[in-house]
Formats: sequence, C-alpha cells, structure tokens
Amino acid sequence: MIPVIEALLPLFVGAPLLVGGAFFVAPAHHRLRQVLGAASLVALLVGAVVLVVITADGTVLAHQVALWPGGIAIPFVADAFSSLLLLVTAILSTVTFGHLITSGEARSPSIASFVLVLAGGVAGALLTADLFNLFVFIEVMLLPSYGLLVILSRRGDLGGSRLYVTVNLLASTLFLAGVGLIYAVQGTVNLAELAGAGDDPATAIAAAVCLSAIAVKAAVFPAHGWLARTYGAASPAVAALFSGLHTKVAVYIIFRISAVIFEGDPAWMTPIIIVATITLLVGALTSLGESEMRPLLVFQMVSGIGFILVGVAVFTPAGLAAGVVYMVHHMIVMGSLLLIAGAIEQTYGSGHLSRVSGLRTREPLLTAVFVVGALSLAGLPPFSGFVAKYALVQATAEGGQVLVAGLLIVASLLALVAMMKIWAEMFNGKRHADVELLAAEARIRERHALLDDQPVDADAVAEEAALAVERHEPPRGAETAADDDDPHEHRGTRVPVRLLVPSLVLAAISVGLGLGAEGLLQLAEQAAAGLVDINDYVRAVIDR
Amino acid sequence: MSLALGIGLLAAAGVYLVLQRGMIRIILGFVLLTHAVNLLLIAAGGVARRDAPFFGGDTSSAADPLPQAFVLTAIVIAFAITVVMATLAVVGRGDDDTEPPAAGHDTDAATQEAAP
Repeated sequence: MIPVIEALLPLFVGAPLLVGGAFFVAPAHHRLRQVLGAASLVALLVGAVVLVVITADGTVLAHQVALWPGGIAIPFVADAFSSLLLLVTAILSTVTFGHLITSGEARSPSIASFVLVLAGGVAGALLTADLFNLFVFIEVMLLPSYGLLVILSRRGDLGGSRLYVTVNLLASTLFLAGVGLIYAVQGTVNLAELAGAGDDPATAIAAAVCLSAIAVKAAVFPAHGWLARTYGAASPAVAALFSGLHTKVAVYIIFRISAVIFEGDPAWMTPIIIVATITLLVGALTSLGESEMRPLLVFQMVSGIGFILVGVAVFTPAGLAAGVVYMVHHMIVMGSLLLIAGAIEQTYGSGHLSRVSGLRTREPLLTAVFVVGALSLAGLPPFSGFVAKYALVQATAEGGQVLVAGLLIVASLLALVAMMKIWAEMFNGKRHADVELLAAEARIRERHALLDDQPVDADAVAEEAALAVERHEPPRGAETAADDDDPHEHRGTRVPVRLLVPSLVLAAISVGLGLGAEGLLQLAEQAAAGLVDINDYVRAVIDR
Repeated sequence: MSLALGIGLLAAAGVYLVLQRGMIRIILGFVLLTHAVNLLLIAAGGVARRDAPFFGGDTSSAADPLPQAFVLTAIVIAFAITVVMATLAVVGRGDDDTEPPAAGHDTDAATQEAAP
C-alpha cells in the first residue's frame, strides 16, 4: 500500500498542472471549466487528507522520480509537516476558488487554469527535497500568480503587479545564486545530503543567501513593504489566496532549511528571532495606522509571519509545534478575513473604514463571520487563535525568551486594537447616507465592466440606489422600531449570502480548530518531531 | 578569475540598473543579473574540466552536467519572466515615473474631498 502511495506523490504536482494546462488548450465550456477546476481542487484536498492520515504517525514517504537511486534522482518527500501544510493550502485554494466563482471574478476563462497551476506549484514546493527543484516550483507557483494579479487587478493600473513581479524575481535570482553557491561548496543540492552541512562556514553562508532570499518572499522585516502595496492592489480573493499560499510556502522553506541544514544551531536562530520579533511588532503597529480594511489586514499578516518565525527561532519541539499550529491558524483566519473584506468591497464599492459603516445592524451573518475572524486573530478563546497564541507564548517562555514572549502578548493586544478599529468604524455606528450611493455605483461599474477611475453618471447612480431601497421590503415590525429617522436602516443593499459562504467555511474551520485543538496539536507535535530529528527524513530520501 | 570578474561586473551593472526608475531599465538590469547568476552556476560546477560528459567513457576530464542542466532551466525561467515583465512594461496606463497611488479603492476620491 505504502509504495503505491509513494509512487503517487508526484501526482500532487503533476495532476493540477496537467488539468490546468489542458484548460488552456481545450476549448471547454466555461461553466464546465469551473466545475472541473473545482473538482480537481477537491481531489487534491482529498489526496492531502490521505497524506496527512498516513504521515500522522511520523512515517516519511519518499519517491525517487524515474526510480533513479537516491541522491541522483529528484526526490518527492511527504512528512507530517509538509502533508499538513499541503492540506491547508488545498483547503484555501478550494475555498478561494469558490469565492472567485461566486463573486464573478472567474469570468475570465483562464482563471481556473491559473489557480490549478498555482496549486500544483505550491504542492511541488512543499513536497520537493531538492533545492534547485524548489526554485523551479517557486517559479511555477509565481507565474500563474502574475497572471491572476494582472487579469484581476481592479484599478486598471498595474503598479502593484509590476512591484510584485520585480520583488519576486529579485528574490528568486538571489535564491538561485544561493543554490549555486551551495552546489559549489557541497556538490549537491539534495536537502537530505545537505543535512547538518551548516557546520561548515562556507555552506552556512551559502545557505544564508538562500534564507535571506526566502525571507524577502515571506515579507520579513525589513523587506515587508512590498506586501501591502501589491496585496492592496490585487483583487481581494487573489489577496486571500496569495496570503495563504505564497508567504506561507516561503515560511515553510525557512522552517525546512533551518531544521535540515542548520539543525537549529543557536548561532543562526538568534538573528532569526530578532528579525521575527521586529517583524511582528512592525506589522502590528503599522496596521493601526491604516484607514482601509485590506491594508490593515495585510499588515496583520506581516505581524503573523513574525509570530510563526518566533516558533522556528526558539527551535524546541514545543516551539516548532507552536509555530506550525500558528501557521495553520493564520492561513485559515487571514483567508477568512480577507474574503470578508472582499465581500464588503465588492458590495459597497469601498473598503475604506470611514466610508462604510453601520454594518452591524444590517448584516448579521457578515458581522458574525467577522467577529469570529477578528477574535480568532486577536487570540481569544474558543477560537483557533487562542490555542496557537497560548502554545506559542508558553513555548517561547520555556525556551528562555521571556522578553519575546511578552512582546508576543503586546502584539496580540495590538491586533485586538486593530480589529476594534474596524469594528468601531465599519460595523458599529450609523449607516452613512451615501453608502447606498457607493453600493449602487459599484453595481453599475460591475455591470458595465467600468474601471474604477472611469466616470459614472450621477443620475444613474441615484436611480440605482433608489431601486435598491425600494426592492427590499422593510422587515415586519420595522415601522414601529425606534430608528424611524433612518429610512435606509432596514432596506437597501446587502452582501449576498453566496459571497459570505467561503469566509463562513473558513471561520467554521477556525472554530473547529479551536474546539478540537487536541488533534491539531498532536499533528503539529509530530511535524515538529520530524523537524527536530531529521534522521527519518534523511533515511527516506537517501537510503532507498 | 575572468569568470569571477565577469560575474562581479554583470551583477554590479544589474544592481545599478534595477535600482533605476522605469520598467525597461529594471528589465535590462534583471537580464544582466540573471546572466551573472547563470555564470555563477556554471562556475559552481568547476570550469577546469570541460569535455563532453557522456563520450568516451573516461569521466576524469568530463564537465559536471548538473550545473549545465541548472543553467538551462534557469535561462528558460528567466526568459519567461522577462517576457512577462516586458508585457507589464507596455500594458497598463500607469507611468513608472509617477508617484504610486496608495493601495485601496477610493483613496483618490478621499484625497479629492480633503483637498479643498
């Protein structure tokens, strides 16, 4: 049974790439493409579940492509850590693809292909045990992202896309140079053969070049500024997809290189913990200054990356496990919050905190989903954030970094303040008189596919807004309610439920992870055990 | 030595160009940078032995084929992304030399309101 599964490992990469490629050439019906794309992503999800079940007891699956002997072949490896991450990325791509379909953004025929190729590249980056292949799979993952960014860029200006391509190409070039240096000093780029090679100073420097390149991709301070610019310009669903996949894959590689090449050498973990702490504080503080929902969330994301890296820098089994739990929690919750921001932006035409307000009384479901996401991000029980933060703070304090543990709590409080800022301005308070006009304008723009800086006839907007208010009957008993002075209070635009379903699913997962934390913690401990003791990994890759 | 000098010169020129404004110069900078890295990969395999790897059965003087495979892949990828960047340089209305708008939707509207 197990050898068959091992031989199927390359399928996690190959199948999405093949299906995505087939969409490009086959003249499939548009709806059929969406259905087949969603089905492929669900299949990937099921496969990832199977992998997690198999590797949950510490088994390491390894397949040498074309059955070349170990050390020569290109290996695909799945251990508990990579399987868990593969599962979460599969969940995120499926849910985000659902959002792309329901929000109508998947109208462009190539979207399904792009998402599939992206999923294939991510699976490849997570499963490969060869540094050069890692570079190739990162590029496979990035190329469809450029397409997604450009096609779904909303404002007709490509500044964000240009910055994204430039930053990522620069980081990739640096990473490739690091791979070349490692090959020059060690004569191999196979991760298993490089195990423990960080003792050699020349190899350590070469690996550090790779690590710094990956840190740029992970948006670690001081190279985090590009993230807000590019994710703010992207379509919300794309931002949610990238937040879960791209930066987290980079963080995964930092985990892997720290564990396999450096074996948690304190001399290398100290710089990481310093950089991680600055990242989490800078992200948390910067997000407080933002006045739009999405950039605010994106800086919370930067902060979250700092949290995860503190876990790897502590490099105790508990610290690594906490980092893994935090990473899973962060991917899910950030996806949920960014998709909510997307739903608000699409319905009301703006994500500006001062333009949209009073959502609490009008959008009970949206409010509920947001509250779950926000409290989970801030780290309150019973959501997944509490489990992740509690484990991380405890592990950091036990690892001797009491100051860092305190700063983690401070950053969590800052996250709570940031969420309260969104709550106070967007959800609480009275509905702005012109929100209905904003929403009407957004609908007209979408109907006529107008860019955001093209003018819209003001009379048409007013007409559309009046239509929306008339179309929705006031709920029973509204006439006798106290808020008679605001005729729009119970009528007018609502966020459609179909736009909320994806974020609702993710929020439900967050609650589930919070209540059933035991299972996730066990998986994370298994993943951490595989990182602390890399013998199984090395044996699986080389000795077969 | 000439290889090291070549890598250094290409990398320096590439970094200089990448730091310029304007997408075309950045693209040219990346072309030079990727060339530098490709040379680095070739150098990583050792350049003293340069015979064809698979002829004659005597491998003592054969070149290391792995870095050559690396370079081949890296060239293809760099070429693909250069094309993407060149496309980005000519489509879209934004000019690289102008100040970028702040992220978000109606920041422009908000600043216009604030201005008078």
